[in-house]
Amino acid sequence: MAAYVLPFEKPIVDLVSRVRELRALAEHDRKLESELRRLEEKAKKLAKEIFADLSPWQKVQLSRHPNRPYTLDYVERFITDWTELAGDRVFGEDSAIVAGMGRFHGRGVMVIGHQKGRGAKDNVRRNFGMPHPEGYRKARRLYDLADRFRLPILTFIDTPGAYPGIGAEERGQSEAIGACLASMARAEVPIIATIIGEGGSGGALALGVANRVHVLEYGTYSVITPEGCASILWKDGSKAEEAATRMKMTAPDLLRFKAVDRVVDEPAGGAHQDPAAAAAFVERAIIDALKDLSTLGPAELAQDRYTRFRALGAFVG
Amino acid sequence: MPWPSKKTGGLDAHEKQSFGKGVFRRCDGCGETMPSEAMEANFEVCPHCGQHHKLAARRWRELLLDDAKLDEWDADLAPADPLRFSDGKTYPDRVAAAQRAGHAKDALEIGRAKMDGTPVAYGAFNFSFMGGSMGSVVGEKVARLFERGVKHKLPVVLLQASGGARMQEGILSLMQMAKGVAARERLRDARLPFVSVLLHPTTGGVAASFAFLGDVNIAEPKALVGFAGPRVIETTIRQKLPEGFQRSEFLLEHGMIDRIVSRLDMKAEIGRMLRIFSPAAPPAARSSRKLPELSDPE
Repeated sequence: MAAYVLPFEKPIVDLVSRVRELRALAEHDRKLESELRRLEEKAKKLAKEIFADLSPWQKVQLSRHPNRPYTLDYVERFITDWTELAGDRVFGEDSAIVAGMGRFHGRGVMVIGHQKGRGAKDNVRRNFGMPHPEGYRKARRLYDLADRFRLPILTFIDTPGAYPGIGAEERGQSEAIGACLASMARAEVPIIATIIGEGGSGGALALGVANRVHVLEYGTYSVITPEGCASILWKDGSKAEEAATRMKMTAPDLLRFKAVDRVVDEPAGGAHQDPAAAAAFVERAIIDALKDLSTLGPAELAQDRYTRFRALGAFVG
Repeated sequence: MPWPSKKTGGLDAHEKQSFGKGVFRRCDGCGETMPSEAMEANFEVCPHCGQHHKLAARRWRELLLDDAKLDEWDADLAPADPLRFSDGKTYPDRVAAAQRAGHAKDALEIGRAKMDGTPVAYGAFNFSFMGGSMGSVVGEKVARLFERGVKHKLPVVLLQASGGARMQEGILSLMQMAKGVAARERLRDARLPFVSVLLHPTTGGVAASFAFLGDVNIAEPKALVGFAGPRVIETTIRQKLPEGFQRSEFLLEHGMIDRIVSRLDMKAEIGRMLRIFSPAAPPAARSSRKLPELSDPE
């Protein structure tokens, strides 16, 4: 993976790499052990300090970090018997959404997630995680399939938004997203959504109509990207930083507005510093949610989702 | 005829606005100048070229509803300010200004009405109110519209004209999409029809939720309807969009809508469809011919 370091991460990354060097030396020299432990503690403390008061914009940057674990990185760590499924049966296959069946702690599940690429070539194939209608129609097909075979649905949200392009409009991007919302609303199985990176607008929500919505500590979820918001409000996309603050799109605010039900901790320095630990936290939260929902019957699961979303909003009168 | 070229005859925007104001109107389609009353009497449809101009909520009621009568539901629901949002001007200030100008609390009116004799649950977006954007009030009213349809066994007719989700209410606006669609699905389960009417313009969060989930989708001629606005697409792909892109005719050609219907024919069209859907259709509209009996397969 290419090294990519955000300016505010640099002190942490420097310390972590010194720890790594020391560890290599420590294999030959026992005396370095205590120094090593001291540095490790320091790195953790520093990460905690720096990350304790990240600005919303810094969290946006973290949510988009190119080294951040993506859907398939989580699948690899806690889904067994993984069997990827492709195609919308109408027009094509869209790699910006990855989907398949597998087992989660022994239980058959359907997994659907946005998938960004690693590096330029892969990102062209994945379209930077921005789906076309085909991706949403594939998702919808598999929501319905999961419903029919009573498989719980696990979704992973990580997209700047649905792709705004000519072909996408020609093939009905709006309808494709709307139909996903409808299928998710109807499904009589547990649905757990985890926002693992950035949750941009309707293109994210098409994977988000769940009984339980989790967000990683540095994940974001918003009605429009900060850049889009800035360009509409101030005709200036470079004011994205300000827009990120005003839209209240980070985990604590999302929890406060009940748009998400749980914030999942990230390892010190963010999920990309320790993807295995991040996956363990995400996995734990999904186990809890599935257990929580296990008392509900099929119709009750759909009703639970209805009640959850029906209550969202703020108005007077 | 090219669309949507405006022949402004070299006048700048300010001159154009004040040009014969209140007396004469210039059609956005053909550029023809005519007495204002001619356009108003024709419900803002150009008598020369059929161009549809923006029509106020009150005029829509006159045009579509029997006796122009709407028993309005939840007219008093008003926006809160959950984000304490400001973009230089505060959200409550923007709302207050829109409320004063629009004589309504928010961008959607809903209620019970009759359309060509058929009782319906009717909703209409008002684009003049903050671009018809959907925040918590609009989302709540959409959900109630469908829920009341189920409760009172009424078909739902919803006129949409919206720039999408309302940014000023942030993530809560996005959530309204899911809420509205979930309620729409209840109407489906109740086997009641939803006629989705797409007006100019309908984009973003409204387009990408319930707007295309009508049992029948109809659009006004030349309405701009799509997921992303044309400016966003042009910026993304760095090329000019083809003429007529995302217009009703384009949607029809690409299979996204059932019909393009002139505003002036809409009441009759929707009424006819609702009578066909309805099991309680008046006998005169039913065929008296008996269907042949089906024989059991061997």
